[in-house]
Amino acid sequence: MKRRSVYLLIFILALFGFALWSIVPLDRNVLGREGLRLGLDLAGGSYLVYQANLSGIEPGTEDQIMDGVKGVIERRINVLGVTEPVVEIQNQGGEYSVAIQLPGIADIEKAKETIGLFTVLEFREQDATGNWTPATGTVNNQTLTLSSRYFKENTSIRVDQYGKPLLVFEWDETGAQLSEQITTRLLHKPLAIFLGDEPLRGQDGHIIAPTVQAVIIDKGQIERLSLADATELKDLLNAGRIPVPLGSYVNGEFESSVPLYERTVDATLGADSIHKSLTAVEIGIALLLLFMILYYRLPGLVACLSLGVYGVVLLAIFKLIPVTLTLPGVAGFILSLGMAVDANVLIFERMKEELRGGRSLAAAVEAGFNRAWTAIRDSNITTFIACIVLFWLGGTLGAFMVRGFALTLFIGVALSMFTAITVTRTFLRLIIGSQVITNPAAYGITSFPTVRKAK
Amino acid sequence: MIDFVGHKRWFFLISWILVIIGIASLIISQIQLGTPLRLGTDFAGGTSMTLQFSPIDSHEVSWRDFQSHLRDKMAKLGYGEATIQNAGEGSFIIHTQEITSDEANELAEQLGAELDSQVEITDYYSASPTVGAETARNAGIGVIIAAVAMLLYIVWAFRRMPSPFRWGTCAVIALLHDVFIIVGIFSILGWLAGVEIDALFITGLLAVVGYSINNTVVIFDRIRENVSRHISPDFAVTVNSSIVETLGRSLNTSLTTLFVTLALFLFGGATIHYFVLVLLLGIIIGTYSSIGISSQLLVVWEKKEWRALLPWARRHA
Repeated sequence: MKRRSVYLLIFILALFGFALWSIVPLDRNVLGREGLRLGLDLAGGSYLVYQANLSGIEPGTEDQIMDGVKGVIERRINVLGVTEPVVEIQNQGGEYSVAIQLPGIADIEKAKETIGLFTVLEFREQDATGNWTPATGTVNNQTLTLSSRYFKENTSIRVDQYGKPLLVFEWDETGAQLSEQITTRLLHKPLAIFLGDEPLRGQDGHIIAPTVQAVIIDKGQIERLSLADATELKDLLNAGRIPVPLGSYVNGEFESSVPLYERTVDATLGADSIHKSLTAVEIGIALLLLFMILYYRLPGLVACLSLGVYGVVLLAIFKLIPVTLTLPGVAGFILSLGMAVDANVLIFERMKEELRGGRSLAAAVEAGFNRAWTAIRDSNITTFIACIVLFWLGGTLGAFMVRGFALTLFIGVALSMFTAITVTRTFLRLIIGSQVITNPAAYGITSFPTVRKAK
Repeated sequence: MIDFVGHKRWFFLISWILVIIGIASLIISQIQLGTPLRLGTDFAGGTSMTLQFSPIDSHEVSWRDFQSHLRDKMAKLGYGEATIQNAGEGSFIIHTQEITSDEANELAEQLGAELDSQVEITDYYSASPTVGAETARNAGIGVIIAAVAMLLYIVWAFRRMPSPFRWGTCAVIALLHDVFIIVGIFSILGWLAGVEIDALFITGLLAVVGYSINNTVVIFDRIRENVSRHISPDFAVTVNSSIVETLGRSLNTSLTTLFVTLALFLFGGATIHYFVLVLLLGIIIGTYSSIGISSQLLVVWEKKEWRALLPWARRHA
């Protein structure tokens, strides 16, 4: 028994050492390891949720298409150099949406512009009155609008013999059919490119509306663009080929490019929140430790040590998975700390009862752990159930904070079961086994009623 | 030994009072605001933003006065129906109809000029109005799923007891009782202090669901143990000793969790202030109901003392 405790102690110390090593210092990158990952509410940044309009999509391919959407958005955000963007696809009863977290981008209009660029670019022609209307054609008896979804992702810039840039592009099969019909009809007429209801404009502000010079079937080129405009359009067409429009449904109508949710948190508010929650957590933990030691004496002190191991290992887990820490996540951490204390309290109360019931110290410790186990297990499983429901709900609520809370609480409670059972028990066994402290007052009782010798 | 079971009518009476106050508040709120709970941006849609004001000259204006000035100016600028909530230290949370971030910046600028203060939007949040109904429905489904899952779990955990379904039902009634009382309190806060409920409120409620059942399970676990040890032929006595034996644990755990949660409530900042309040209330009410409701319901059910549920009814009719 004693040898096993020593092995466990070595294991716990090794785990503690590794955890400590991996989290210090918290806020800096050391040896290529990242610091704790902070959510938008703590770091500042923008959060956007768009619904996908999948009405033109073949049933059964939604997941695949949304995966593509995610990939494209991630690629595009990476171009912007946002640190640790999070792009999530959420499926709620067949309705798909995409949630995007952009830490560090406090200008939501810029963020929206960036995401908005992923929506489908549409080609439009001028009608008799000069209004721009979608350029459509018929493929397989369906009327389709020529749009960026039919571009192949190999649009490139070339320079002609006069040194002017040319944007060279290729259509896919459907695009080629549409293009042939439309350019035949619109020969020597302009064709503009629209994002939502806004035409794309060059840097000088004029509408980009190249005149159709020839019938374009599978390959074509756009001339007379400035190099900057050509480059931007090329990036857009290559990185921004999103197969479905993103926006939101308002009263059953789909509005392109209008986000379902949008949120921006100022970095100073985030810094303030971090500062305040740290103060709160410090005060709270100090009170908690004080209470444990005053009320439970020696076992309380042991519980504090075990809570120390708990805290460090938990932070290490947050960092290594990594878990994005949000304000509600801090509350989840606090609540899980309460649960971790609870497991210890359950054991110690049981231990006291067993001591009063006349058992020896060693026997009381063992009985306390064994008897308290069912209560710890059964009561924590209810918290797990709540966390799982919350995690599901978090996906439908469009609030990244809900999942942060559920995740931290779940991990915290799971770890608390381990620390209470393994760490506290090992510490207590070793202390009692070494017979250094045998004063009953240290265990919070007046005397050992009938002390039997432990084996 | 404290006789908890003997005083069960008092527990039921207190709970009935709290529940009735909650119902009354929901009705008052429905009449006054047109909705039983004041709905935040997550549910009602629109835009909410946190404005941080810092007065340039420090003429003695309290933030409470400032808030009424702010309300006047908002009305003047055409945002008369906006909800304004004081978040402390010159920070105000404003909930209006949906406006773009450009419009929000413009509004902040105008307010700054009108109120002679520097102003900054520290948190801007906008949600499409139609998602609200769906969000509210999902939240309701979430609480129901959680409650049913808890019921099934407890029935399973106590499957070796006679009539395990009874144990599950009593626990779930206590849990719904806790949730309802918190909803009632937030309804009161809604029409008294302009407190709105949001996605985090629902999150808090579900956490309370887990926590409340947690307390109940610890006592039930002890009852289960004491029943199999046959400590008394009287179920009421068994339940009472189980409550008393676990009382130290119940109170200590709640106290330690309260310490940390209270610290977060007092010093943790405005963003999660009311979320933490839900947790705080949940800890207190959950502890109370595990002692005063779920365990007592078991006794009532066992002894068929249904009359005890209505404490104002005459004892021996």
